[in-house]
Amino acid sequence: MKFPLFPEQASNFAPETDHLLYFLLAVSVFFTVLIFGAIFYLAIRYRRRSDRELPRVLHTPMVVEVLWTVLPFGLTMIMFGWGASIFFHQSKPPDNALQIYVVGKQWMWKMQHMEGQREINELHVPVGRPIRLTMTSEDVIHSFFVPAFRTKEDVVPGRYSTSWWTPTKTGKYHLFCAEYCGTNHSRMIGWIYVMEPQEYQNWLSGGRAFGSLSENGEKLFQDLACGNCHKADGSGRCPNLVGLFGRNVQLADGRTIRADEGYIRESILQPNAKIVAGYQPLMPTFQGLVTEEGVLQLVEYIKSLGRQPGTPAEVSPNPPAPKQ
Amino acid sequence: MANQAHAHAETLALREQFDTAEQQKDASTLGMWIFLITEIMFFGGMFLMYTVYRDTYFPVFALASSSLNAVIGAINTAVLLCSSFTMVLAVRAAQLGQRNAIIIFLILTLILGIAFLGVKAYEWNEKFQEHHVPGPTFHLEGTGEQGQAQLFFSLYFAMTGLHALHMVVGCGMLIWLLVESRKGRFTAEYMTPVDIGGLYWHFVDIIWIFLFPLLYLIDRHLGK
Amino acid sequence: MITAAAQEREHYLNASYGIKSWLLTKDHKRIGLLYLFTVTLFFFIGGAFATLIRIELLTPQGGLVSSETYNKLFTMHGVTMVFFFLIPSIPATLGNFFLPMMIGARDLAFPRINLLSWYLLVIGGLFALFAMLAGGVDTGWTFYTPYSTTYSNTWVIATALGIFVAGFSSILTGLNFVVTVHRMRAPGMTWFRMPLFVWSNYATALIQILGTPVLAVTMVLVFCERVFHIGIFDPALGGDPVLFQHLFWFYSHPAVYIMVLPGMGVISELISVFSRKPVFGYSFVAFSSVAIAVLGFLVWGHHLFVSTQSVYAGMVFSFLSYFVAIPSAIKVFNWTATLYKGSISFATPMLYAFGFIGLFTIGGLTGLFVAALGIDVHVTDTYFVIAHFHYIMVGGTIMAYLGGLHYWWPKITGRMYPELWARLSALVIFLGFNLTFFPQFILGYLGMPRRYHVYPDEFQVLHVLSTAGASVLAAGYLIPMVYFVWSLRYGQMAGANPWGATGLEWQTASPPPVHNFDEMPVVTHEAYDYTTVLGEVEVG
Repeated sequence: MKFPLFPEQASNFAPETDHLLYFLLAVSVFFTVLIFGAIFYLAIRYRRRSDRELPRVLHTPMVVEVLWTVLPFGLTMIMFGWGASIFFHQSKPPDNALQIYVVGKQWMWKMQHMEGQREINELHVPVGRPIRLTMTSEDVIHSFFVPAFRTKEDVVPGRYSTSWWTPTKTGKYHLFCAEYCGTNHSRMIGWIYVMEPQEYQNWLSGGRAFGSLSENGEKLFQDLACGNCHKADGSGRCPNLVGLFGRNVQLADGRTIRADEGYIRESILQPNAKIVAGYQPLMPTFQGLVTEEGVLQLVEYIKSLGRQPGTPAEVSPNPPAPKQ
Repeated sequence: MANQAHAHAETLALREQFDTAEQQKDASTLGMWIFLITEIMFFGGMFLMYTVYRDTYFPVFALASSSLNAVIGAINTAVLLCSSFTMVLAVRAAQLGQRNAIIIFLILTLILGIAFLGVKAYEWNEKFQEHHVPGPTFHLEGTGEQGQAQLFFSLYFAMTGLHALHMVVGCGMLIWLLVESRKGRFTAEYMTPVDIGGLYWHFVDIIWIFLFPLLYLIDRHLGK
Repeated sequence: MITAAAQEREHYLNASYGIKSWLLTKDHKRIGLLYLFTVTLFFFIGGAFATLIRIELLTPQGGLVSSETYNKLFTMHGVTMVFFFLIPSIPATLGNFFLPMMIGARDLAFPRINLLSWYLLVIGGLFALFAMLAGGVDTGWTFYTPYSTTYSNTWVIATALGIFVAGFSSILTGLNFVVTVHRMRAPGMTWFRMPLFVWSNYATALIQILGTPVLAVTMVLVFCERVFHIGIFDPALGGDPVLFQHLFWFYSHPAVYIMVLPGMGVISELISVFSRKPVFGYSFVAFSSVAIAVLGFLVWGHHLFVSTQSVYAGMVFSFLSYFVAIPSAIKVFNWTATLYKGSISFATPMLYAFGFIGLFTIGGLTGLFVAALGIDVHVTDTYFVIAHFHYIMVGGTIMAYLGGLHYWWPKITGRMYPELWARLSALVIFLGFNLTFFPQFILGYLGMPRRYHVYPDEFQVLHVLSTAGASVLAAGYLIPMVYFVWSLRYGQMAGANPWGATGLEWQTASPPPVHNFDEMPVVTHEAYDYTTVLGEVEVG
């Protein structure tokens, strides 16, 4: 029976992570052999030969204590720095990353591609493109874990979390929920399918019928009558949403924050948490009136407002046909 | 001769694990200080929760806080401060071996402590009447964020409740000290229980000194 | 006519009889035995859960129990082992028994509070047992919210209450130890003449005092949210689930040092006695204990690296986590150096000490892996972490505990255990342990998540190896149970100091008299001065 002892490397982070692992393994093997060997040798060499033996007391040379404090400390600082740099790299998704949304709930993963394609427990992505996942949970804490990519991020109710990676090898890879979430935690699993770019395009075009996330968001925007207050010309009682995404917003309490996906989500579900300067706290909450997936659609729609036609906010997988 | 009498008083109270009365007193005092440190860590967790949520939901917390009666809270604060004063006087009386004075001051402390609890009961009853007790009938006027308002009051009741529980234990301790004082158990040489009882009482007082402004005085201005 | 009974010396075991003399005792030695009985019971309960878990994991799709039951099994295994076995184990049994004796005291500073501590552990344990028997709890021993406060429909509150009560047991023991060490040392017993076992228990006591109250208040808040539905941790009610994690780990990380520091104290004693030399670098080892206690409070965020905690906070916690590794490394080097030019005996306690050093080294080194942010992203919440902490808790603490029990058994009971069987079981435990947990490192890096009832087929071989190891380990634990009980009646009688050890506890009879010493000792020698015991041929 074939059984693996080491996971595949299928993302840009896998080799980085594994290299640090090898370093840690080398250090560990060194010290393990050192200590086991020393004990083995010393215990035998100095084994008790007579019951009346009384070893002479040795005085502790300070230099020895300093050496075996400072040298290990130096090694640990290397480990820290190396690990931190990988982590930092993982916290900075590139601007041209392909955005995909994930909603976790007991006990399934729901993925939403911007073009409208929806998946359950499966995620198709093109090889060689950075992929950025924006995730939230509908109920308890879950965790999105792909061992072959060496990436993991908790999926928390009430907020968005982000994970990004670039798949480097086509194939099919395990997706696991890695935060205990109840009865079927161990069945909240799936597959990541990494495809050649052309195959991915073909697969994607099967999803047109759903309408893109942004199109669905626009429909929801109209259904919920958001436009009654948030008028596109800015004349309504509420802030203009055109060009909002990515902009700095001045709040009534003096703070300035950047309007990212989390801010938009919070504004829909807890509108009084942050009031924009110069406006009244008039907006009712839509908690309970819109699902997390609905919120994602609205977020995508609002992101699309104010973008110049022909220059999307991120590079879409289907760039517009070159002008004739 | 007096020394022998003192030694006699000591040895009556000396527990067998200790060698000298001084060792016993030192151990008891250190023990009480450590216990109070654990209490700080315990209340500290609640204070941390309160701080985090007050920062997150400041406007609603300020509104909820203003519905508390700061005058009554201030009166209660004064009551507790006075009780700490009478407690100090009781400890002083014990150091001087003045049995009657110990009893009087302990009784005064107890009365003030009970008064505090009585005022607290009145306040809680008022909150109950105003439907500010978290639960199905909760409602705070002036805000749409009832969840946040309920959170304020949950923390209010949890923290003042925990404090009140410590006050009740403190009153029990005072009663015990009273009973023992009447028996003449405390002398200038042996008054450790009064001493460490005083430490506990002051600690409970200090917790209130923090609770009062944190809970009652958010965003208050004189004349408001 | 002189009967054998009349000739028998009076000591703490026979000075009084009857259940009341045990249940109302103020003698720290008897209380230590009450604890020994209690924690051993909980160990086997926790072990039973572990057995069921390992059997279920033989096959990828389970089959013995439902997922609901499996989730309860790993939860209850964790709760029992952490709160009702490991946290009390060494301090409340060996610490209670020997800390006063080692510093020349007649008892702890507060004997009645000591007895209260035991009752609190028992009461807390009863709450937890009730929860287990009434249907169980399935939140994981970490109780993450909002699953535990809103979604789980198991006996969360009863379990939380049990942990709350047991927490006060731990706090009071810590308080007692600190006051005792500060105020009850015999004349001449300065801080730096104290045995390292006392230093370790002192450092442990500091953690118990400062950390456990935070756990207590966390359990109270879980209770409040679950019962009154106040929004503290559930976002649907306006709360913050990650705030729970901060509060929980603020205690639970220092808690792991409560679990390992006393074990390190035992090892210091064993290495010294069975090398017949003072521990190399005594003051470094002593200070390391305190350093671990202090630094242990600064690293809790390393459990939150992938929890949406800020990247910068993650970096701070990773950095500090490497600091806390260093004092442990210092201890390992000093223990090993103690062997140099020593007179090494291979008695059972020493075998356990060797086992501890080896397995703690491996467990500690893997701590460096999980402290590295880049690696932890991959291995957190997998079997890698499970293997890491079991190497320390089981390969470390439990081996130290067994080593200490064997070492002090003659003092506690006046009898020797059978040496051959004891060495055999030490070997069985060492081998069984490694077979159980080493494959789990590999499983973890492969990506096998923890708390999984069913798993992909390709992980099965490693799980089978692990279960095989667990059965060997279980056998290894059962053998001492048998011979320790056997020894009470048939074991060879032991003298006051069968090992030629220093330390005040060996200057009095085995078993000790009720008041420990017939006259108060006055200490004039440094710690681990073997000339006082042997004083003959010097070697080396």
